[in-house]
Amino acid sequence: MIIPGTDLVEVAEGTRIVPGGNTIITTVDKLVNWSRKSSIWPMTFGLACCAIEMMACGSSHYDFDRFGVVFRASPRQADVIILAGTITKKMAPVIRRVYDQMPEPRYVIAMGSCACSGGIFNTYAVVQGGDTFLPVDVYVPGCPPRPEALFQGIMKLQEKIEKEYFRWSPWR
Amino acid sequence: MEPLEIVNRLKSKYLNEIADVSEFRDQVFVSVNRQRISDICTFLHDDPDIYMDYLVDLCGVDYPDRQFRYEVVYNLYSIKHKHRLMLKALIPAENPSVDSVVPIWAGANWHEREACDMYGIVFNGHPDLRRILMPDDWEGYPLRKDYPLKGPADTEYKGFEELKDLHSHDSEWNIR
Amino acid sequence: MEDTNIDSRKNNSRVKEKELTLSMGPQHPATHGVLRLVLDLDGETIVKCTPYVGYLHRGVEKLAENRNYMQVLPLTDRLDYISSMSNNLGYCVAVEKLFGIEVPERTEYIRTIVGEMSRIANHLLWLATHALDVGAMTVFLYCFREREAILDLFERLCGARLTVTYPRIGGLKNDVDPKWLEDVYAFTSEFPMRVKQYETLINKNRIWLQRTKGIGVISAQEAINWGMSGPALRGSGVPYDVRKVTRYGVYDKVKWEVCTGKNGDVYDRYRVRMDEFLQSNSIIRQCIDQIPEGPIMADAPKYTLPAKDKVLTDMEHLIHHFVLITKGPQTAPEGELYVATEVPKGELGFFFVSDGTGKPYRMRVRSPSFVHVSVLPTLCEGELIADIIANIGSIDIVLGECDR
Repeated sequence: MIIPGTDLVEVAEGTRIVPGGNTIITTVDKLVNWSRKSSIWPMTFGLACCAIEMMACGSSHYDFDRFGVVFRASPRQADVIILAGTITKKMAPVIRRVYDQMPEPRYVIAMGSCACSGGIFNTYAVVQGGDTFLPVDVYVPGCPPRPEALFQGIMKLQEKIEKEYFRWSPWR
Repeated sequence: MEPLEIVNRLKSKYLNEIADVSEFRDQVFVSVNRQRISDICTFLHDDPDIYMDYLVDLCGVDYPDRQFRYEVVYNLYSIKHKHRLMLKALIPAENPSVDSVVPIWAGANWHEREACDMYGIVFNGHPDLRRILMPDDWEGYPLRKDYPLKGPADTEYKGFEELKDLHSHDSEWNIR
Repeated sequence: MEDTNIDSRKNNSRVKEKELTLSMGPQHPATHGVLRLVLDLDGETIVKCTPYVGYLHRGVEKLAENRNYMQVLPLTDRLDYISSMSNNLGYCVAVEKLFGIEVPERTEYIRTIVGEMSRIANHLLWLATHALDVGAMTVFLYCFREREAILDLFERLCGARLTVTYPRIGGLKNDVDPKWLEDVYAFTSEFPMRVKQYETLINKNRIWLQRTKGIGVISAQEAINWGMSGPALRGSGVPYDVRKVTRYGVYDKVKWEVCTGKNGDVYDRYRVRMDEFLQSNSIIRQCIDQIPEGPIMADAPKYTLPAKDKVLTDMEHLIHHFVLITKGPQTAPEGELYVATEVPKGELGFFFVSDGTGKPYRMRVRSPSFVHVSVLPTLCEGELIADIIANIGSIDIVLGECDR
């Protein structure tokens, strides 16, 4: 409740608080994006070498959970698919299907050189980059990237989600 | 037993089948005609002194310029006697086929499927000869020397072509 | 058309028994990568299991034919990416035998040390994922703690955690410093205690025992016939270890035993790997005790890079270095050769056909995982569907190496 005569205090950009009251005033965009970026759930989907680094991210030493990143085994529960490794032409349709099964909004992180561009495997069997058949949001280079690099990729994705606009309702 | 001794044994039994014997860094390679390969393998497997019970590896090699274009290399080892012999079956370019050795070594199953997938060599009597590494509808045999590294320049694999087509319509489905 | 006559429908409506076909993978958290299994089920019993591989076929063998011997080395990292150091070693040992290079003694010692460290790291990851699949989450977190310690040591050694490319043809990228050796030694003095910790977590765990004992049994003769190798073969009681039968590294100069099981089930394969932890640990310790001083690169100017300090001061070495880096070795002895080494998963063999040029005419990788996946139907047919997870874990496959 806004008490007449008090000024709203801007605590962060676009977020204002009523002094003495238990109320903040902000846009729905801001609220949705904030909650969305704080619990990015990736899919447990390892393709090749980078999957081992992805596992290292999730395990005891690096601990992905502190970012709100919890691995989910089912595409239906996931927000982001991390393409961790080489994508072959035999595997690409499977990845596409898994991606299509994910609920909106969904994001794609291409982890490692192979998923970004094909990497050293410029051969008949390898897809030259995940962006040839998927809309990739964040590219994390490296062969394989260190867990810290994947962290940065997740943080870049969070930045991207923060800037989203009107992506919270089908009838908006 | 020394590898050359095994070759002598083999020669005494299948002299007409042996085309060539070569040695490099203590490893002996025996090239044989493809017709009686399964007899030869059975002999090597069953003879108590040779007893090649372990098929380490089986792979194809492609020599486009030779009279026999393909070779299937059998890498035989005896865990009991600790000796090794490399057997090579010579296979012509037209009608590239050879008898399967799956009845002798079960482990040959997938190796033969791979050789078939990569070189187009047909293994007669194989229980389940399908493509193994490449998709079922893949065209061409990738490890042949005339197959380009990046695949044929003008044709893309059908399954992947469809996928790219799907991706080009993503904006219509509001996928960003 | 639908049959509307009620009487005739009654007659047909008895319950029909039908086999259920279930596709498992390629996206499945317990298949250790992109393996697909098509299971024909009768209730919960597996009637038929058909593995489909090739979802990670990257054309390494074809790629190797188009590269020179030095450029192939980084490809071998990505075959078995869990223990890339062992794969590098296997490749280098094979090429050195092809070229006829003798590596210095110090190099052999360092290679043995890093090879065994890689074995420990691999088995740790195996134990972590296998236990996780069977239902023991805690082991996963503990194993990764030690694995990170080894990866940190690798990183200090060569700058990379996972894909190391540390050995070179004819030697090593760089020498080890005494402080590093000290830290490895410190790790090895602590590690047996850690192994005991893991064992206390699962050895008497009833769920673990029920899910591993008597599951996936394969007899010694069958295992040999299928071409299995490594701990999976030794679990069936065959004391076959490539480190004992061929000469590479300094395995003949240190004391160690080949660990074997008896029954050939999942539990015995687990025991073999747990014993190998301690054997590898003891090999590393002995190597650090015995390691001599000396050069690390072989004296074979045609194939090996000159030392960096010489490159920076001497014209001749600079040119030599430049030619090798830009063009690679120009010639190689003509011939065919198969060389095997024991990687953590089994026997990794490289078969080369060399036509005398600087590129391999044919490079065949005999990977243990490829063979082990082909055994999977034999292991799990007739058993319950839950056992397939234990079986996949126990043969320790990695699909990068399986599909190449």
